[in-house]
Amino acid sequence: MSPKTASGNAPAITAVDLAKTYPGGRGKPPVKALNGLSFGVAAGSVFGLLGPNGAGKSTAVKILSTLSRADSGVAEVAGIDVARHPEKVRAAIGFVAQKSVCDPMDTGYENLVLAGRLQGLAGSDAKARARELLARFSLTDAKDRLVKTYSGGMARRLDVAVGLMHRPAVLFLDEPTTGLDPEARADMWNEIESMASTESMTVLLTTHYLDEADRLAGRIAILDGGRIVASGSPDELKRELRGDAVIIEIALDADPARAKAAVDRLASVRDVTDDARIIRARTDDGAAVLPHALAALDAAGVAVASATLARPSLDDVYLRHTGRAYSAAQAEEVAA
Amino acid sequence: MSQSLSTQPARAARSARPTRSTGGSALAHTAFLTARLLRGFWRMPVYLVMNLVQPMIWLLLFGQLFKSVADIPGFSSGSYVNFMTPGIVMMMALFGSAWAGTTYIQDMARGVMDRFLTSPTSRGALMVSTMLFQAVLTIIQTAVVLPIAWLTGATFDGGWSGLVILFAAAVLLTFVFSALSNAVALMAREQTALIGISQLLSFPLMFLSSAIMDTRLSPQWVRDVARFNPFEWAVAAGRGALTASPDWGSVWGHLGLLAGLAVVMGGLATAAFRAYQRSA
Repeated sequence: MSPKTASGNAPAITAVDLAKTYPGGRGKPPVKALNGLSFGVAAGSVFGLLGPNGAGKSTAVKILSTLSRADSGVAEVAGIDVARHPEKVRAAIGFVAQKSVCDPMDTGYENLVLAGRLQGLAGSDAKARARELLARFSLTDAKDRLVKTYSGGMARRLDVAVGLMHRPAVLFLDEPTTGLDPEARADMWNEIESMASTESMTVLLTTHYLDEADRLAGRIAILDGGRIVASGSPDELKRELRGDAVIIEIALDADPARAKAAVDRLASVRDVTDDARIIRARTDDGAAVLPHALAALDAAGVAVASATLARPSLDDVYLRHTGRAYSAAQAEEVAA
Repeated sequence: MSQSLSTQPARAARSARPTRSTGGSALAHTAFLTARLLRGFWRMPVYLVMNLVQPMIWLLLFGQLFKSVADIPGFSSGSYVNFMTPGIVMMMALFGSAWAGTTYIQDMARGVMDRFLTSPTSRGALMVSTMLFQAVLTIIQTAVVLPIAWLTGATFDGGWSGLVILFAAAVLLTFVFSALSNAVALMAREQTALIGISQLLSFPLMFLSSAIMDTRLSPQWVRDVARFNPFEWAVAAGRGALTASPDWGSVWGHLGLLAGLAVVMGGLATAAFRAYQRSA
């Protein structure tokens, strides 16, 4: 569908064994942000780097976008070594930082034209491209307003437009929807999806939202402690878990241990756990197993409050590979 | 149909991607970035007013307060307003430039600086544009203060050429200290560090100079230190050029020292981008 360039199948990004340690400062031990990070991104795809805050996502993006340097390891972006020829990499990439990349005291239009001019576009080209992107991101009516008057969603869409001004081969999106309300998030997802197909470029997306990676990325890598613990397409990763989750909530006065034992006795389930009043199990065919499970519980005298079947989510993938629930990992971060 | 419509322009423009030459683009980048800073300034005129209030207070208050200083035997100038005016002009330039790094601090607090540094934006242009912007502020302040000084009795015996050199010295001083402020901003990344420059550096430099007091009446050590004080170079150049018969050797010598230091500081401050990226 989208026109492929000659190098269409070559990887747009390769990272091999990247390591980066930050000094800890005042009596604290040094922080190992990256610890042997390796991955590749095929040209023309959307790749998601997923992990809680502090997993190393932003450090990886900073190194690949030439903002920072790795202590060791090699990385290429658009076929160019980031450490040896950073200036060539900079002409080939767009960078949308976690924080706004726009000047609040300039208008949306001025921000775009300035970005285009700094990237080497001629004045008329920059203006035409700015108008095109303003229309695409539904910002035409706000084009002559100062960015400080924009809503969070509008400002974030403008950030992405700034990154697209010079039609980069690779676009870095560092947590594009953090801090947006659900509606603005959904808008942004739609924009990223349509832009990835019309601009024929590679997108490296970092996010700490599992649903965002699931929705947007063709392939994802899960980072934990500065290295990749799992990678593949979202479906592959979920399939690795083999089968559906059966989640049964038992009544308030029921005995969890008894309930767990009853479900455990079924031949076709595995990984049975109980967490307060919730019994979880994994099975290859949830629809067939659920009636048996309910019958077994009934026979054991355990009253059931609710029963749910779920396809495995990236949450489960994360739990499996890091040994922690995703929400728990995020909570640790907040506490730290 | 709609697919081919949407991809066609993308393809055309990609093949026409401009070739970039670094020399010409550094100048062009300086122009774009300076224009951005001037637009922002123009939209917040309250800063202009704030920048003007302080020097006026100094001019009117100090002018009255120290009026009789000129009567002390040994004081070089007959009129204190004539003596003080170049000092006030340089003080405005010095105190204004100490805050030049604020632009970088704000850009770093957002993602603007990171976006510039991950694009082909010239580092030199990032530096020079903020120095030029600060110089424009210095010129505006000076242009407002001089007529007020004239109204309170300054005579500008050096004429137009003296005034041009006064402006030049103020601009060079601005370059030196705005480059320093930018370097501190890049390394410390905090607004409080800039308060440090203005408190710990600007005030001592001001008092170790002849800005408001003739150093011939100061202790010997103050005179010795002042000879190495860039702020004093600017005061000496401006004041010298405004006298009826300037000592041109001294005026040009001081201007030359300032210009050299401005180039060195600009270069060092641009190198500080590397320090910023190392810790990024």
